[in-house]
Amino acid sequence: MSQDSQWPVWEVFLQANPGISHKHVGNVHAADAEMAIQNARDVYTRRSEGISIWVVPANAIAASSPEDQGAFFEPSNDKPYRHPTFYKIPDGVKYL
Amino acid sequence: MEDAKQLEAFEAKIAAGQKIEPKDWMPEAYRKQLVRMMSQHAHSEIVGMLPEGNWITRAPSLRRKAILLAKVQDEAGHGLYLYSAVETLGVDRTELLKQLHNGTAKYSSIFNYPTLSWADIGAIGWLVDGAAIMNQTALARGSYGPYSRAMVRICKEESFHNRQGYEIMMTLAQGTPEQKALAQDALNRWWWPAVMMLGPSDDQSPNTDQLMRWKVKMESNDAIRERFIDRTVPQAEFIGLSVPDKDMKFNKETGHYTHGPINWDEFFQVIKGNGPCNANRLKARADADKNGAWVREAAMAYAAKQMKEKEVA
Repeated sequence: MSQDSQWPVWEVFLQANPGISHKHVGNVHAADAEMAIQNARDVYTRRSEGISIWVVPANAIAASSPEDQGAFFEPSNDKPYRHPTFYKIPDGVKYL
Repeated sequence: MEDAKQLEAFEAKIAAGQKIEPKDWMPEAYRKQLVRMMSQHAHSEIVGMLPEGNWITRAPSLRRKAILLAKVQDEAGHGLYLYSAVETLGVDRTELLKQLHNGTAKYSSIFNYPTLSWADIGAIGWLVDGAAIMNQTALARGSYGPYSRAMVRICKEESFHNRQGYEIMMTLAQGTPEQKALAQDALNRWWWPAVMMLGPSDDQSPNTDQLMRWKVKMESNDAIRERFIDRTVPQAEFIGLSVPDKDMKFNKETGHYTHGPINWDEFFQVIKGNGPCNANRLKARADADKNGAWVREAAMAYAAKQMKEKEVA
């Protein structure tokens, strides 16, 4: 029986320059991690878009669900005291 | 009832200029239309490598060869971005390729024409990529996130394709009389197919209203065609070539060119599979898939073996 497939999907994260975080750019199909990195290089960095590549098997990524977005992120909406602008400091006070 | 509410929220989101993402609720008709359009687009990128690949070994200089290789490699990349984007709608690539090979999925009619001379490579970059850019710039503003992002990326890369094609035509047009004749001949053969590849005229293109409201389609075929013609005709004149349309005239009042009648019968014949190269293109794709199957299987077997050895160690 044929085992033919288009290979598993790997999500690709690219670091564009030193000092910044890797960013998701898309995905590639590959048989293993090494091939995924090479394919990602050919597909996503043909014009020097990156200096470092991470690949992650797509099925290893868990994600929050869009239906629950409201309730899921709601707890942070009523906590303005987490932001510095919440606090009133008199004009004369410096370095605060 | 739930559907009506979801549809309302979906349409409100699009009207507000927000993107729809893969896991968001979407009407089945939206999903289906996107799968059809995006897979057709992906297949076009891949099949589009064939007419140009035909000239890689015969490019007239090392510079031209390196450029053509890079362009064809870009097309492969574009096909991959687009297949990825279609996969986010729950159809995997194996299935998409099956649809291409058994003829249920289409690709752009333009790639069923042959590349007879080197000048055709110039004409393709200038006209075919030029027309594709018009279409894709519009699609980049579409509502489906993954498609729109792929379009942004593709448009950035296509402008090199467009310019290298024009440069080839310009060089030939400024060359010997024979070279100029080659350029004019390529323009004569590719002009109408390029004008037609932007799709049937608006009175023959169904469902456009809903697709526009859902931002699956951003502009009508005729509007994009008009922009393509307006920009391309002066480019031809600049290098001393003329488009093969004796009725082509600039209308001072509208600020647009008016063109002669389009032979839509030819377009529909090519779509139906009766173009000069349809059978040839599909066979090349199907053979590549079949002949590559053992490589894909071997790579999977090797990956499995490596994994096992790692576990033991």
